[in-house]
Amino acid sequence: MGVLEGRFEESVITTSLEQAINWARESSMWPMTFGLACCAIEMMATGASRYDIDRFGAGAFRATPRQADLMIVAGTVNYKMASRVRRLYNQMPDPKFVIAMGACTCGGGPYYKYGYNVVKGVDLVVPVDVYVPGCPPRPEALLEGLMRIQDKVKGMKDLTKNQPLDVPIPSRTGYVLVPPELSTPELADAWAKKNKELATPAKA
Amino acid sequence: MTSADIISALEKQFGDKIKGKKADAIDPWVVVEPADLPALCRFLKTDPALRFDLLNCISGVDYLEIDPKKVAKAGFEPHLEVVYHLSSFTHKHRFVVKVLLPRWKDGKAGELPEVPSLASLWGTADWHERETYDLCGIRFTGHPELTRILLSDDWEGHPLRKDYEFPLEYHGIRGR
Amino acid sequence: MSTATLPVLDPTIIEFDVRTDEMLVNMGPQHPSTHGVLRLVLRTDGEVISEVIPHLGYLHRCAEKIGENVTPIQYIPYTDRMDYLAGMNMNLAYSLAVEKLCQMKLPDKALVIRVIIAEMNRIASHLVGMGAYGLDLGTFSPFLYAFREREMILDLFEEVCGARLTYSYITIGGVHDDLPDGWVDKCQKFIDYLKPRIEEYHTLLTRNQIFIKRTANLGIMSKETALSYGCTGPVLRGSLDASKGDTAWDLRKTEPYCGYETYDFKAIIPPFAEAPPEAVLGDAWHRFYVRMLEVLEAIKIVEQALRRYRPLREEGDKLRTEFERKQNMLSAEDKKKEEAKLNAEFKTKYSHRLAPPTHLPPGEAYMETEAPRGQMGFYVVARPAKDAVPLRVRARSSCFCNLSVTNEICKGCLIADIPAIVGSLDFVMGEVDR
Repeated sequence: MGVLEGRFEESVITTSLEQAINWARESSMWPMTFGLACCAIEMMATGASRYDIDRFGAGAFRATPRQADLMIVAGTVNYKMASRVRRLYNQMPDPKFVIAMGACTCGGGPYYKYGYNVVKGVDLVVPVDVYVPGCPPRPEALLEGLMRIQDKVKGMKDLTKNQPLDVPIPSRTGYVLVPPELSTPELADAWAKKNKELATPAKA
Repeated sequence: MTSADIISALEKQFGDKIKGKKADAIDPWVVVEPADLPALCRFLKTDPALRFDLLNCISGVDYLEIDPKKVAKAGFEPHLEVVYHLSSFTHKHRFVVKVLLPRWKDGKAGELPEVPSLASLWGTADWHERETYDLCGIRFTGHPELTRILLSDDWEGHPLRKDYEFPLEYHGIRGR
Repeated sequence: MSTATLPVLDPTIIEFDVRTDEMLVNMGPQHPSTHGVLRLVLRTDGEVISEVIPHLGYLHRCAEKIGENVTPIQYIPYTDRMDYLAGMNMNLAYSLAVEKLCQMKLPDKALVIRVIIAEMNRIASHLVGMGAYGLDLGTFSPFLYAFREREMILDLFEEVCGARLTYSYITIGGVHDDLPDGWVDKCQKFIDYLKPRIEEYHTLLTRNQIFIKRTANLGIMSKETALSYGCTGPVLRGSLDASKGDTAWDLRKTEPYCGYETYDFKAIIPPFAEAPPEAVLGDAWHRFYVRMLEVLEAIKIVEQALRRYRPLREEGDKLRTEFERKQNMLSAEDKKKEEAKLNAEFKTKYSHRLAPPTHLPPGEAYMETEAPRGQMGFYVVARPAKDAVPLRVRARSSCFCNLSVTNEICKGCLIADIPAIVGSLDFVMGEVDR
């Protein structure tokens, strides 16, 4: 740290306020107990004796969103639960982070095709920072996801660069406007046929 | 008691109210009209030789072939079935009762077919009937509170009907 | 519910200046002691509960709809995700239902492996049940102890099938693979390790005065209520009374499958000599204690099954090596004959898996098995036309029925006792909502 470095006694270190804050934030990441389904058991296992998430400062599972920094969405989110997920997310204080744990929260997982009631990825409901795939992910994978969150915190510049803390919540429906030539099945068929014709080289 | 004995006991008691039976099936069953169901079940539960005190399961089955290529060879007419699996704690035997229903009441699409509720006989029936109503679209008359149980209250349609169309969105969250 | 359960409700004790109105309190779906995403709406008068309305469906994952769109083998992984604490038992339940429909008869070795695996999973599941119940009641240490042992079981399972939680190991026609070399010894070593540990749990929880005060004489369920609501498993068994001549209702005893009738074990039902004087038959403590004793019975079954597995494997290996040794010396015709003989022998005895059916025979089958949480049933309806995909798959969930009794047993208790009562039912929301 430039001119100040090494001019004081050994017990004094110099750093920037932002780095100090980020260091404190990343090493006391308090997750919310948000177990939904199977992945919750792996999340419990991560918190329990063998994997011991406490080593990373994230072992203080809070029951209330008001005391938590990190939401680990562990398990399938369905339409009935989606509004609750968002409501809980809104209650968390800034800065807040979300880990989408498991295939279901990443994008529907095994329930993608026939799951009429399953949200196809929790990122349609809340903004997600880190995706941890797996069905369910091993505890090591969750720990890796946590470390990626810590990396993200390390680089936060909300004091110096005025980087916004809160991320906009997705409000999109996820729809793409269907172009008029594809609006009905008949038109779409005709369009595909025409495309095919255009693609085949004319016979000499 | 073997299932043949149970069927003969039921036939002795109810005569021609038993509309169909299959004693050689893996799980033998009888078919009754919806209107006769409560009387039959009360008999099954209270008769000292039968004593079916556990209602294990109520399932709704939608017999409908949606694939037009397979309709000719489907092997059944479109209809709904409500299947009651019973077992006896006292005598350790099992039995199955079935009710056949049209897919829509009086053939009018959207009108749910009706079966009398068994919630007053077995506590299990309460939630199972709500679930069957929710997923299969069968109305149980006389049920204390027939509301959706698994899906949210504003859900449209009954997903376990074969012709159910998956929702494209629900409250702004896309479905596919 | 008897008045003896609620000493605090004596009107002379309640202070007169505390005036309360009836109100609705919402608990869940995100609540640390509702085991997942159950939502309870409590109608309370002050602290005293007059009605509990459970709201389900926050984990409804359309399992039954998926079942009628995929073939039975493809459906096995979805059964894992129903009761994710006892995936093996769910696999077993669905496999047995399909096998009943196809009327398959399995080789002895497959049955023995199934019994070992299913009982090991029962131990793991009851360990989590115990640890999580401790968490509900505010003690953290049993959870750590339980997970220490559970991780060892998961290691064993990982060696068998490669997964920690969602196994898909037991499948239609047997089990997916034979047990790996040396697994039996490891399993035996684990069992020897676990046996003395059970006593630790009893010291930690069962005989803990605080635990007894919080669970004994609470959430009492009569046998009639339990039967009427279709409760099964430890929840029902906690309410039965052997001294009054009740049968020990355990499907492994009453309708044995997988050869359970040949194993020596007890179906656990009260009365227990160890019961504290406060505990009443059918209360939360009894339901908990039934589970703890079932772990011991499961250990007994696993030990017997391991003893049976060894000779089966050795004989099978011997037959095969013998055939391989002499096959070069045989003429082509004799070789074919010998091979057919060997295959027939393996099909009835030494194989771990038969070829699964390519299509389902027309008909329907309903099969119930004793999963850790109660009777898990699958009802499979095949299409009359030749098809590999069933027309309907219905999962009869044990927890769904066990949970429906909540309102009945919570009436008149205090809000603070709700986690203790609901936790003693030990449900898994994935199985309730499917």
